Amino acid sequence: MSDSPAIAHGAQALANSADSASAANSALGEHPAYQRHHFETVDQQADATNFAMWLFLLTEVMFFGGLFTAYLIYRNWYYPAFVAGSHQLNVVWGTLNTLVLIASSFTMAMGVWCSETRRRRGLVLCLSLTFFLGMCFLGIKTIEYHEKWEKHHIPGLHYSLQSFLDPAHDEAAAAYGDKPLPLDMARHTELYFFLYFAMTGMHALHMIIGIAILGYMIVRAKAGAYTTGHVTFVENFGLYWHFVDIIWIYLFALLYLISRHQ
Amino acid sequence: MSATIVSLPDQSTARIPKVNFITKENGLLSWLLTGDHKRIAILYLISITFFFFIGGALAGLIRLELLTPQSDLMATDTYNKVFTMHGIIMIFLFLVPSVPATLGNFFIPMMIGAKDLALPRINLLSWYLYVVGGILVIYTMVAGGVDTGWTFTTPLSTHYINTNVMSTGMAVFIAGFSSIFTGLNFIVTLHKMRCPGMTWFRLPLFCWAHYAASILMVLGTPVLAIAVVLLALERTVGIGVFDPTKGGDPLLFQHLFWFYSHPAVYIMILPGMGVISETVSTFSRKRVFGYTAVAFSSVAIAVFGFFVWAHHMFIMGISNYAVLVFSLLTMLVAVPSAIKIFNWTFTLYKGSITFETPMLYSFGFMGLFTIGGMTGVFLGASGTDIHLTETYFIVAHFHFVMVGGMLMAFLAGIHFWWPKMTGRMYPEKISQLAAVVTFIGFNLTFFPQFILGTLGMPRRYAAYPPEFQILNVFSTAGATILGVGYLLPVLYLTWSLKYGAIAGNNPWQATGLEWTTQSPPLTENFVVTPIMDHEAYDYDWLEAQQAKEVASVR
Repeated sequence: MSDSPAIAHGAQALANSADSASAANSALGEHPAYQRHHFETVDQQADATNFAMWLFLLTEVMFFGGLFTAYLIYRNWYYPAFVAGSHQLNVVWGTLNTLVLIASSFTMAMGVWCSETRRRRGLVLCLSLTFFLGMCFLGIKTIEYHEKWEKHHIPGLHYSLQSFLDPAHDEAAAAYGDKPLPLDMARHTELYFFLYFAMTGMHALHMIIGIAILGYMIVRAKAGAYTTGHVTFVENFGLYWHFVDIIWIYLFALLYLISRHQ
Repeated sequence: MSATIVSLPDQSTARIPKVNFITKENGLLSWLLTGDHKRIAILYLISITFFFFIGGALAGLIRLELLTPQSDLMATDTYNKVFTMHGIIMIFLFLVPSVPATLGNFFIPMMIGAKDLALPRINLLSWYLYVVGGILVIYTMVAGGVDTGWTFTTPLSTHYINTNVMSTGMAVFIAGFSSIFTGLNFIVTLHKMRCPGMTWFRLPLFCWAHYAASILMVLGTPVLAIAVVLLALERTVGIGVFDPTKGGDPLLFQHLFWFYSHPAVYIMILPGMGVISETVSTFSRKRVFGYTAVAFSSVAIAVFGFFVWAHHMFIMGISNYAVLVFSLLTMLVAVPSAIKIFNWTFTLYKGSITFETPMLYSFGFMGLFTIGGMTGVFLGASGTDIHLTETYFIVAHFHFVMVGGMLMAFLAGIHFWWPKMTGRMYPEKISQLAAVVTFIGFNLTFFPQFILGTLGMPRRYAAYPPEFQILNVFSTAGATILGVGYLLPVLYLTWSLKYGAIAGNNPWQATGLEWTTQSPPLTENFVVTPIMDHEAYDYDWLEAQQAKEVASVR
């Protein structure tokens, strides 16, 4: 507890001169403003919050895990229905969306780098690009959902079996040369579409939350936050964003690609 | 029993320290916006006690209805709502947060020599989520209740009843996140916040037990969350995932639900086992026998606990091979549980045992948990399970583990750490009486239910054949005694806040780091970060330490 004003002033001056700040601060028994009082060192704080973020992502894995389990079981049971359902998805839009997301992961990673190397304008640019790409993803997803709506593929509310009972007159199904499904099996396509909407919807919800946080971070970053050596928040958000991307990679493979070649 | 280890400071001169975490700041807001783990623990303690007594009142109603064979006190559908609300409140709002959110929250940072949990704001958020969940449950009760049973079994909950399933589901979903955040916080804290010298194998076993329970909270609860989301979608939109007419399978819900809810019983019992390790060691003045074995048995329970869930579904139409495997795995859980019981017993062997209240409750725990655990093996064996499941045998088994085990452990812990939390002792004689009353009341309530179960009385009915009445009367009489046993601590503990003897730093002569601080502790727990230079439960170290202190005072 060194509270003489001179020393405090000295610490302040050191804090401004970038690199050796934290070392000098701890030497003086002071700590930077962003260090919470209950941590011994900044490193311990960064370590702990980082670890917490990984654990949180683990809970997210388990959360999505329930849906993946349901998908796995029902795909096994109703294989023809899941193949026919998958053929209704638009692989072009799906691929484009995958590229958009991977690009956003790149800009996010660059954002973390900018934050670490204290480039304020670079950080704002990277976060804004990530924000923009995230919005693009949601836009494309909306187009895809709209297609489903038009073809009456919304389970529960608005569902028609036409594409599966009479695939010859359905553009998407005809392209794959699908055979008509028996009524019993055709009805199970509704389960496929439910899982499609549940999984992509849950993913989209995570995207929306991520974009909202990005918006907040852009405002803060413009005001100079995250580029003073305290990068934990950007880093942890980056982890979250990459995680949401990885979920999408799995969804893309399981929902769009897996039934391309029979 | 004159032998006692209690050593209190001279009451004529002793004072509660003026500056402590309770007096540091005043006003309601200083509590509602606090980041202090100790204050959050107190908030949790008040809220879970509140819900415990609501759940307890509902249990009273159940027993009152079952006093007579006919359904006369309430209509049968009201009875269904009453036992459902009893289950939901007791499981999600009392048992899951009971020890971790109160005692764990308060003492884990102190035991490892830290100033706070790693994420204080997340800790506060967890309490608020709990409160929102609790309010939704109260709303459900006011709006007319729900009658699915606490298990929300499909297709009953999705297709056949129209009570407040949605608000209850929402409550469970939100309370679940409160539990996730608590567990996450504990894991991070135990990994990153230990003081110098505090290695993993110097941690008090209380911390190990919480670590294991936290793994279950973090990995299990999200699966419950997604199960409840799917349930809600099935009810509202009719997506078909649990609907056989659309190709879905109601059993999938049970798989997802029990994937959390079986580990959840270990979430409930493991922290209780942590408490017992502390009290048994303290009140027999011996290091816990086989420290490493007890530590790893907690982790083993957590790991095995994830692979036994289908034993709740033996009669639900899962395959015979699944029954075989899950039956075997279920029996495996008995091994680490038995390791704990044996090791505590060996700790008692040749120890200097004294019989303060926490120790009485601990003995209660050991006996009742053993009975509860052993009957669990009966139920894990698929042959006997087919006869016994859905009877009162299940009810008795579960209550022996949860009420006889967990609640005893909770009360043991509350009494054990009460002097540290409040700075004052509880009155010893009356609390010993309460412990004995609880034990008698408990056995009278639930032992007859084992017999009822083997005779074939089904659970979840408001009426029963007249030949079962005598045992049910015993059970209801016992519940009355049990009620007194639970009411007493509330009264005398409240009384002790003002009139209890000043406890001093270490009234039990216990070894944990939490006993080296003042009572009640400072907001930052320790003036200087402690350095752990001895093993856990090292009574020789404590003796040397005290000798040194006396010498320096002279």
